[in-house]
Amino acid sequence: MAETVFAPWTDPQQKPLIQFKGVTKRFGDFIAIDNLSQDIYAQEFFALLGPSGCGKTTMMRMLAGFEAPTEGQILIAGQDVARVPPNKRAVNMMFQSYALFPHLTVWDNIAFGLRREGKSKAEIEPRVAEMLRLTRLERFARRKPHQISGGQRQRVALARSLAKAPKLLLLDEPLGALDAKLRQQTQFELMDIQEKTGTTFVIVTHDQEEAMTVASRVAVMDEGRIIQVATPPEIYEQPNSVYVADFIGDVNIIEGVAHPQADGYDILWVEGRQPLHAKSTRSFSNGQRCFLAMRPEKVAIGTEEPETRNKVKGRIIDIAYLGNLSTYHVEVPGGRIIKAQTANTRRLSRRTLTWEDEVWLSWTETAAVMLEE
Amino acid sequence: MRRLILIAVPYLWLLALFLVPFLIVLKISLSDTAIAIPPYTPTLDLAGGWAAFKDFLGQLDMENFVWLTEDDLYWKAYLSSVKIAFFATVLTLVAGYPIAYAMARAAPEWRPTLLMLVILPFWTSFLIRVYAWMGILSNEGLLNGLLLKLGLIAEPLTILNTNAAVYIGIVYTYLPFMILPIYSALEKMDESLLEAAEDLGCSRLQAFWLVTVPLSKQGIIAGCFLVFIPVVGEFVIPSLLGGSGTLMIGKVLFEEFFNNRDWPVASAVAVILLLILIIPIILFQRNEQKQREAEG
Repeated sequence: MAETVFAPWTDPQQKPLIQFKGVTKRFGDFIAIDNLSQDIYAQEFFALLGPSGCGKTTMMRMLAGFEAPTEGQILIAGQDVARVPPNKRAVNMMFQSYALFPHLTVWDNIAFGLRREGKSKAEIEPRVAEMLRLTRLERFARRKPHQISGGQRQRVALARSLAKAPKLLLLDEPLGALDAKLRQQTQFELMDIQEKTGTTFVIVTHDQEEAMTVASRVAVMDEGRIIQVATPPEIYEQPNSVYVADFIGDVNIIEGVAHPQADGYDILWVEGRQPLHAKSTRSFSNGQRCFLAMRPEKVAIGTEEPETRNKVKGRIIDIAYLGNLSTYHVEVPGGRIIKAQTANTRRLSRRTLTWEDEVWLSWTETAAVMLEE
Repeated sequence: MRRLILIAVPYLWLLALFLVPFLIVLKISLSDTAIAIPPYTPTLDLAGGWAAFKDFLGQLDMENFVWLTEDDLYWKAYLSSVKIAFFATVLTLVAGYPIAYAMARAAPEWRPTLLMLVILPFWTSFLIRVYAWMGILSNEGLLNGLLLKLGLIAEPLTILNTNAAVYIGIVYTYLPFMILPIYSALEKMDESLLEAAEDLGCSRLQAFWLVTVPLSKQGIIAGCFLVFIPVVGEFVIPSLLGGSGTLMIGKVLFEEFFNNRDWPVASAVAVILLLILIIPIILFQRNEQKQREAEG
């Protein structure tokens, strides 16, 4: 029996924890958030992903209470929070800069929020100890923030924001300051902690890999709007627009004209060449402009002509060797570059493809996604 | 070798301009007053050789210091100076903190201008500015004129030549020394700390007491010492703005020196003043050291 998949957004019975209802936020003339509506469910790990200035941080600051929406409503657990100041919300935030109090020890930093609640010493002590254990900081309790490493500081910030057991935890680029290795490790720790505590996490990030790794759902944002909200595999495999396809990972975009056929669409992409063929869940009219989005790892590369419908002959002009993977930049008719990626399962000496080689690129009918814009 | 020279320069500077003058003052404080030029004996005569030097040492004594304990004018003046300096420091802090806070919170493009405005009074001679206060605070002065015109008072207030005028003068003069270190501490503060405090359940006021004040502590301490230490020995302000009731050691020292022409007693007063100030100076140094360590 497979485990039931966590997907409250597919269940109409579920009540969302957070609701954005037609929220607009303006700073002077600048529209940071543009008439945005979105539900986020309890125990979700929700990622807001987008380039800087897309409004993701503004959304988070509105949840924390540091900014108020210009128009629209934000509901947390069904309650409109417009007039609730940050210190009265059951929401805690982990700041990008960590914002640890430099004059307090690690222990006092974590206890800070609990003390403000007027809890007794007997209640605070075990809670702080629990947080220190959770974030593996027991040995550093008596140190000041400047006496510990960046990764440890990041964990103190997390422990401090979790100490009050908030309904909702906001993480603003939490791993931005860590190096790649530590980042990866911490991403898994974050997921682990999220699962253990059952807290709803909303994370803001511009790093698509991070969003894909940790999140239950990813919202891709641009210019104050959410372009697509979906699980990481859906976002990657079925982007709804060229923007999303291009933002998440590497992609080949081929522009063409769609012609419906019995078993999908023929796409005319270069004058006088065999049209490409693709299946699509979207429908296109005859002669409609379309874009084929195709991940490089789904494009096969070889020296022999393959027996598939989608095949293009080209010449290798560049090879990006990444160790485990190699990406070939292949120039095809019309001067277009198509990227093909292969896993380097064989040793370098056994591989035959090199610069200036004539090669065949091929892919299946379902490998590419047809997009309207 | 280069390092040695580099270190030697400030030490030679201190030796020539601080330690040597201090030793001279110390020597005078151990001498006796005399009607001569200079007005004390003995004077060192190196031409006389070793015997003359021994004779010179033999004539030095602690007489003047004993005198300071016998006349209660002196210890009262010391005590009064410390008291006035203490309250003036508190007043300067109360006036200076909000100014520093407002400056640190001002839009970044305004900060250099505000900083300039704080430093601007230094462009005018200190003496002239204190004289200006005499014009403001006197019975026929600007302040009384204004208050009378507004009908707030019927009789002119006597402010000049009282301790109140001394406090006003000190707070006015030393305000920049309080503002600048506090401003520099507050300006460095990361604003997200206040947001974090609010996020964790603080009201704005609590966040101020629990985060802003502790983080500007070093600035407050530095500012207080920068005001307190020079104010204890302040002479110009009490003598121009204060009255006969204002007792400050700086004034006593001046009178001993110039009115009584008693250089040895005046020197003894100065030596004791220095000893009194050594304690706060050491505390100040330790505070600076601690701050450097915290930042390092």
